[in-house]
Amino acid sequence: MKSLATTRIRRAVSAAVLATTAGMVHASSMPARWQLNMGEGVTETARNAYRMHMIALWVCVVIGVIVFGAMAYAMFKFRKSKGAVAAQWSHNTKAEVIWTVIPILILVVMAWPATQMLVKQADTSNPVLTVKVTGYQWKWRYEYVDYEGKPTGVNFVSKLDAESDKTRQLKSGLDPHAVKVGDEATYLLNVDKPLVLPTNAKIRFVVTADDVIHAWWVPALGWKTDAIPDIINDAWTLIEQPGTYRGQCAELCGQDHGFMPIVVEAKPKAEFDRWLAAQQAAATPATAPAAPAPAAAPQG
Amino acid sequence: MATHAAAGHHADHHDDHDHKPQGFWDRWVFTTNHKDIGTLYLVFAFIMFCIGGAMSGVIRAELMTPGLQFVDPGFFNQMTTVHALVMIFGGVMPAFVGLANWMIPLQIGAPDMALPRMNNWSFWIMPFAFTVLLCTLFLPGGAPAGGWTLYPPLSLQGGSSVAFAIFAIHMMGISSIMGAINIIATILNMRAPGMDLLKMPLFVWTWLITAFLLIAVMPVLAGAVTMLLTDKFFGTSFFNAAGGGDPVMFQHIFWFFGHPEVYIMILPAFGVVSEIIPTFARKPLFGYQAMVYATASIAFLSFIVWAHHMFTVGMPLGGELFFMYATMMIAVPTGVKVFNWVSTMWKGSMTFETPMLWAIGFVILFTIGGFSGLMLAIVPADFQYHDTYFVVAHFHYVLVTGALFSIIAAVYYWWPKWTGRMYSEKWGKFHFWWTIVFVNLLFFPQHFLGLAGMPRRIPDYNVAFADWNLISSIGAFGMLCTPVFMFLILWHSKKHGAAATQQVWEGAHGLEWTVPSPAPHHTFTEPPVIRAQDLAHGDPTH
Repeated sequence: MKSLATTRIRRAVSAAVLATTAGMVHASSMPARWQLNMGEGVTETARNAYRMHMIALWVCVVIGVIVFGAMAYAMFKFRKSKGAVAAQWSHNTKAEVIWTVIPILILVVMAWPATQMLVKQADTSNPVLTVKVTGYQWKWRYEYVDYEGKPTGVNFVSKLDAESDKTRQLKSGLDPHAVKVGDEATYLLNVDKPLVLPTNAKIRFVVTADDVIHAWWVPALGWKTDAIPDIINDAWTLIEQPGTYRGQCAELCGQDHGFMPIVVEAKPKAEFDRWLAAQQAAATPATAPAAPAPAAAPQG
Repeated sequence: MATHAAAGHHADHHDDHDHKPQGFWDRWVFTTNHKDIGTLYLVFAFIMFCIGGAMSGVIRAELMTPGLQFVDPGFFNQMTTVHALVMIFGGVMPAFVGLANWMIPLQIGAPDMALPRMNNWSFWIMPFAFTVLLCTLFLPGGAPAGGWTLYPPLSLQGGSSVAFAIFAIHMMGISSIMGAINIIATILNMRAPGMDLLKMPLFVWTWLITAFLLIAVMPVLAGAVTMLLTDKFFGTSFFNAAGGGDPVMFQHIFWFFGHPEVYIMILPAFGVVSEIIPTFARKPLFGYQAMVYATASIAFLSFIVWAHHMFTVGMPLGGELFFMYATMMIAVPTGVKVFNWVSTMWKGSMTFETPMLWAIGFVILFTIGGFSGLMLAIVPADFQYHDTYFVVAHFHYVLVTGALFSIIAAVYYWWPKWTGRMYSEKWGKFHFWWTIVFVNLLFFPQHFLGLAGMPRRIPDYNVAFADWNLISSIGAFGMLCTPVFMFLILWHSKKHGAAATQQVWEGAHGLEWTVPSPAPHHTFTEPPVIRAQDLAHGDPTH
C-alpha cells in the first residue's frame, strides 16, 4: 500500500513539475475536462493547500483501506452460510485504547504543518501592492490603492465578458463550447477587464462588498476570502509565475452568483509597471471616479 | 396506511380486541397513540422526501449540460434553498422522530410516549409548517432563494417569502422542541423495571442525546430567524453593519444551531445501525458503553466547532486554529464508532438481509463522508474546498448515504414488526443495489468537480466541468426512481407479504421483539418482566 502510494505521489509531483516548467512562459489555471484533483497553483499558499489536501487524502485512503479491508474480510469469512459460529465477546480494552490513541497521534501530525501554514498566511504586513476588491451584484471592482508606497488612482470594474453573457441567457441556443479565448474554452470564466498583478511581489488584498456577501476566489492563488458589506477582510498572495488565472465568486450572492468570474493576469514587474503607468495616464484625475459607482441594473 | 385505516370499520371484530379507534378522524387526526403518530411522521417524511427529491431533479436537470436550458437562475436558487429546507426539516428529522415514536416505547417497555397529546400536536404542526413553506413557491417573487443557511443581507432581499419561511421555521422548531421534550420525558420516566440506562438499546441512547441537542439549539435558530424578521420588517439592524450590527454574527448564531443540527440528523442513524449490525452478525454490539460515551462526546464537541463552516469569513488566526483542532477531534469518537461496528461484524455469523445491506452501505459510505469531513477541517485546504462542490459531495455522503440510508435500513428492519408482514427480500436487495450504483454516480464525481474548482450553488458552469456533471445528473435520475421502488416494495408487502414471526430476525434481541407482529395497538400496558435473553445490551444480573 505504502509503496504504491509513494509512487503515485511521486508520479503526480513529477507531472506537476512538468506542467510547471511548461507553464513558465504563460501559465494557465483553466480546469481540465475529467479533472480529478486539486491544482497545485502558482503560490506558496496554493502549494500548501495542495500539500495538506494530499496528506489528508492519503491518511484517509490508508485508514479506509484498513477499515474497509477488515470489513470485507469479515463479510467473506464470517458468514453464516459458510458455517461461521458467532463469538460472544463484546469488549477488548486494549484494542479500544489503541484505536483511540493512534487517531489522536495522526491528527496531531496533520495539525502541526497546517498550523504553521496558517500562521504564515495570517501575516499580511509589508506588501508591495495593495488592491482593494469590492464585490457587487454581480461584478467586481478593483482599486490599486497603493503601489510601492504611492497611491495609484487606478480603479475599474470587471465583469463577465459579453460573449459568455450572451451565451448564458436562458435558452440562448448558443453553444457554451464555442466561447473561447485562443484555444481555451473560457465560458463563464472570462471578464471584460482582468485584474493585472505583478509577479514575485507581495500583494495585499483588502476585500469588501457593497450589497451582499460575495467571496473572492482564484484557485491558483490557493485561498478564498469572503467579501462582506461594511467589513474589510485582508489576505495576501505572491504569484510566482506570469499567467492568466481564473476563478469565480464563491458565496451565493443572488441570481447571477454563477456569472461573476474573476480573471487575474500576472505579469513580470517591468511589464506590470508599464501597464500601470498606461492606466494612470488614461485615467486623468478629473475623470477618475472618486468613489465606486453604484451597481448597474442587473442583466438577465 | 390511510386507506387501510379508512377501511378499518369493515374489520370491527379484528380491531376490537386491539382497542383501535374506529373512524379515520379518530384514528389518525386525534390520535395519541405512539405507533399511529410514528406512522404519520414516517408517511409525512416520505412525502417530503419525494417533494425534495423532485426539486433535486430540477437542479440536476439544469446542471446536466452547460448553458441554461430549463430554469432561470433565480428559480434555480429557490430550488436549492427549498430542497435543503424540505429534506432537512421535512424529511430526515421527521423520519427519525417517527422511528423514535414507534420504537422508543417498544424498546424500553413503556405503554406509550410520556406526553401523548403533545405528541399529536408536535406532529400536526408539521403539515401546516410545510404548507406555509411550500406556498412561497407560488408567491410573487417566489420562494426564499438565499440558500437554506439564510445568510443576510442576501436572504433579506427576498420578498414576503422571507416572512413565510421564517414563520414555517418557527413552527418546525416548536414541533421539534415538543418532540424532544416528549422523548426525554419518556426515556427518563417510563422505562420498564430493570431497563437501566446502561441497558437501553443504543437507538434509545442516541435519541436521548439527540433530544437534548434539539432542545439546546432549536431556540437558537428561532432567535436567529426572528432577528432576520425584525431586520427586514421592523427596521432593526442586528445584521446590518451600517446600523451597528454585524452580518457575520448571523453566521455564528446560525451555525451554533447548524452544527449540532448535523448531529441531530446523524446520531439516531448511529443508533439504528448499532441495532441492525449486531442482529445480523448474531453477536453483541462491540463496546456498548464506548458507543454511548462516544455519542455523548460527539454531542458535546458539536457545540464547539460551529465556525468550521465559516473559515473564510475573516476570523482571527486564533479562532481558525481553535475551530480546526476542535473539529479534527470529532474524528476520534466517530472513529471509535466505526471501529466498533467493524469489530461487531468480526467473528460474527453474518447474513445479509436487506436491512443489513443498508447498514453496511451506511458504514462504508458514511465513513467516506467522514473522511471528506476531516479533510474539510484542515483550514489551509479548506481555503480551497470551501463553498465548492467538494462540500456538496461531503454533506450528501453524510446525509444521504448516512442519515437516509439508516432511515431506509430502519424501515426494512422494523417493518415486519409494524405490519406483521415480510417484504420481498429479492426486491429489497434490488432497491439497495440500484441505490448504491446511482447514489455514488450522483455524489462521488462532485468531489472531483469541487477540487477542479466548481463553486456550489451555481446554475451553469464552464464546459470543463461538463463531463462529471453529466454523470452526476445520470446518477440523480437513477435515484429519482428509488422512492417508487420503496413504495411498491412496501405496498406489495402490506398486501401480499408473508406473515412475520414475533422475533422476525434470528439474531434480534430487545423488548420490541417480545411483542407479537404486528405490534398490537397497545403494548406494555403493564410493565414487562425483563428476562436475560430479552436484553440486547448490558448484563441483567447486575
